[in-house]
Amino acid sequence: MIVFDKPKSLTDAVFHYCPGCTHGIVHRLVAESIDELGIEGRTIGIAPVGCSVLAYNYFACDMIEAAHGRAPAVATGVKRALPDRIVFSYQGDGDLASIGMCETVSTAARGENITIIFINNAIYGMTGGQMAPTSLIGQVTQTSPYGRDPKTQGYPIRICELLATLDGPEYLARVTVNSVPHVRQAKKAIKKAFQNQIEGKGFSLVEVVSSCPTNWGVTPLEAMKWIDEKMIPQYPLGVYRDRSEEASR
Amino acid sequence: MQEKVLMKGNEAIAEAAILAGCRHYFGYPITPQTEVAAYMAKKMPKIGGTFLQAESEIAAINMVYGAASTGKRAMTSSSSPGIALKCEGISYLAGSDLPALIVNVQRGGPGLGGIQPSQSDYYLATRGPGHGDFHVIVLAPSSVQEMADLTGKAFELAEKYRMPAMLLADGTMGQMMEPVVLPDPVETVPEKTWAVTGTGCAREHRIINSLDLSPVNLERLNLERFKRYEKVEAEEAMWESFLMEDAEICIVSCGITARVSRNAIVAAREKGIRVGMIRPITLWPFPKKALLNAADQVHDFICVELNMGQMAEDVELAIRCRKPVARCNRVGGMIPSPDEVLEAIYKAAGKEAGK
Amino acid sequence: MKNNEIIIAGFGGQGLLFSGKVLAYAGLLEGRELSWLPSYGPEMRGGTANCNVILSDRPVGSPIVQHPTILMVMNTPSLDKYESTVVPGGMIFVDSSLIARKVQRQDVTAVYVPATQMAADMNMTGLANMILLGAVIAKTGCVNEAGLADALHKVIPARKADLFDSNMAAIRAGKEYVS
Repeated sequence: MIVFDKPKSLTDAVFHYCPGCTHGIVHRLVAESIDELGIEGRTIGIAPVGCSVLAYNYFACDMIEAAHGRAPAVATGVKRALPDRIVFSYQGDGDLASIGMCETVSTAARGENITIIFINNAIYGMTGGQMAPTSLIGQVTQTSPYGRDPKTQGYPIRICELLATLDGPEYLARVTVNSVPHVRQAKKAIKKAFQNQIEGKGFSLVEVVSSCPTNWGVTPLEAMKWIDEKMIPQYPLGVYRDRSEEASR
Repeated sequence: MQEKVLMKGNEAIAEAAILAGCRHYFGYPITPQTEVAAYMAKKMPKIGGTFLQAESEIAAINMVYGAASTGKRAMTSSSSPGIALKCEGISYLAGSDLPALIVNVQRGGPGLGGIQPSQSDYYLATRGPGHGDFHVIVLAPSSVQEMADLTGKAFELAEKYRMPAMLLADGTMGQMMEPVVLPDPVETVPEKTWAVTGTGCAREHRIINSLDLSPVNLERLNLERFKRYEKVEAEEAMWESFLMEDAEICIVSCGITARVSRNAIVAAREKGIRVGMIRPITLWPFPKKALLNAADQVHDFICVELNMGQMAEDVELAIRCRKPVARCNRVGGMIPSPDEVLEAIYKAAGKEAGK
Repeated sequence: MKNNEIIIAGFGGQGLLFSGKVLAYAGLLEGRELSWLPSYGPEMRGGTANCNVILSDRPVGSPIVQHPTILMVMNTPSLDKYESTVVPGGMIFVDSSLIARKVQRQDVTAVYVPATQMAADMNMTGLANMILLGAVIAKTGCVNEAGLADALHKVIPARKADLFDSNMAAIRAGKEYVS
């Protein structure tokens, strides 16, 4: 009999996330990957500043709460001090692609042997819906009330494509979780990103195109559609770097 | 005991840190502390340690935060403008009750300032370098020997009280060479009951964190932290008294200016002026008691500093303004000559004589 | 032995800090109190460079030399800058192949050594600093000559050990020139 069970790597704490927010799904995929790889006892996670700031309460492994944007640097410090532990950071778009861009790029360039889960929902959720570095052209937010205008507010940043210009990363993939097949693909990518670290392969980042119905101003169901219609054209899904694939080819 | 060797102050810090069991150094180049990084870059790979040149001062201090979270001895070093950048991370270290060593080989400011010696980060260091209510232990070496000795001491105190410690040196201390006897190596760094090392599936997960959204809890954490600070203030203040037994004038100075003052004091004594010095070795905790006691004995204080009188305010507070505190300051990388300090001593002595 | 406060000054690249280090190490081996303080920063790159060395029997207070008992200079700006600071009765050592003018002070002893020219003549390019240092040591006795070889071994890094003999020879040449 198959019983739907909570992964061991999640605590009993109840998620604070909004209805239709995909953080919960991604948390679960991370926890399942850790469980399946049998690394829960030697994994250390780094939580960001943003909606998932309280992730340290949800993951059952040892956790560190980092300053805004600095999770890759903190992860680097942990990994260098304890090279045989599995270290991951879980970061949003403001954290990873705006205030922490320097840490993101530099950690990737070093090929630091860590795993980064990057939640891209094109908005600042925790502070109430401001423009993110990944907000779409024309997207209305609290700080782009007339729609993001590239003339004054610039263009959205594509992290996977940007990091793929570097020699450092081992694995870069963009996935989403707005449908069952997409969730399956996302799980595969996340697990691979952890597997790579176990094998000492180096920097692995999975960008998860995610939802924020609350701040997008849509229903949870509409949010899933919004991902397909608005987000994916700007952020095409796919693998942007996979050194082991390249090697086996 | 190790043999006496000649070393630059910056190198003495680096070697002493290694001897203290520090195996994780994260830094970013800046004058005049670069020798610390260069020394670490050479040495760490040979002893299985980490030397990492970070992408920024901000990244470096956050790498320290990560390594310190695992319970290991970790450090960074920089000079004034770089320390300003590290302040965010220092605040997080304090808020997460993590021990770590931050070395500041000060140079003149504000802004890009210069690269010559300064003590102008006194406020920054002693008032809590970062946002929020906190302190770091601040140690002010006045010789290459102390650069070495206080490095180990900083790690010990930081771990004892679970708070960051800052070694506050200046460009002269960093660059000069003096004979130094290095401390004996620390064999084992104490185990930490709070470190994140992986649960091993054998215990509850640990969280290193400075966030608490409940004002009730956050206040309690702050109060607990300040209880610890009280203990530090009561037990850990360090200072050196120089010719204070019969002194009527007390110079207060640390680091390089204490060295200059020493010359001036010897010269003044030759002229029969009874002057001595209290040299704070810890700037936080500040040796308040020693100074308050001196206030009963001397008629004047003179604070000799490479800033516009930052420590002088702490002296006035410590002695509850019972006696005048004269300032003898040079800034921007200038260092007072013994003659300038002597001039200040004459002024204090003459004023008293003319009463 | 006399307490000495020494300023060694010239252009960056002349090996002045190195000369100072030799004195410092010699002092260390003699068990004396000492300090060595270099100038630092961009001025080191081809600009003026100097170092302050104090050798004393008492703990060194300020490592900054205000009034040197010994001044060793290898360019004119340094002589211009420091001549007036030397204590009365002090000694000034001048590389006379690089400095055309004479010492103006009457209350100090001036020693002229064409160190750079000597170095060129003896195929010791780059060792003028050590020739001049040899003169300083011979004339002032600021450190014991007996300990010099050991000091030099400490200062020359192992990978450049082959430079030991030429450095010693340069020191000897300077010594012989003034004796």
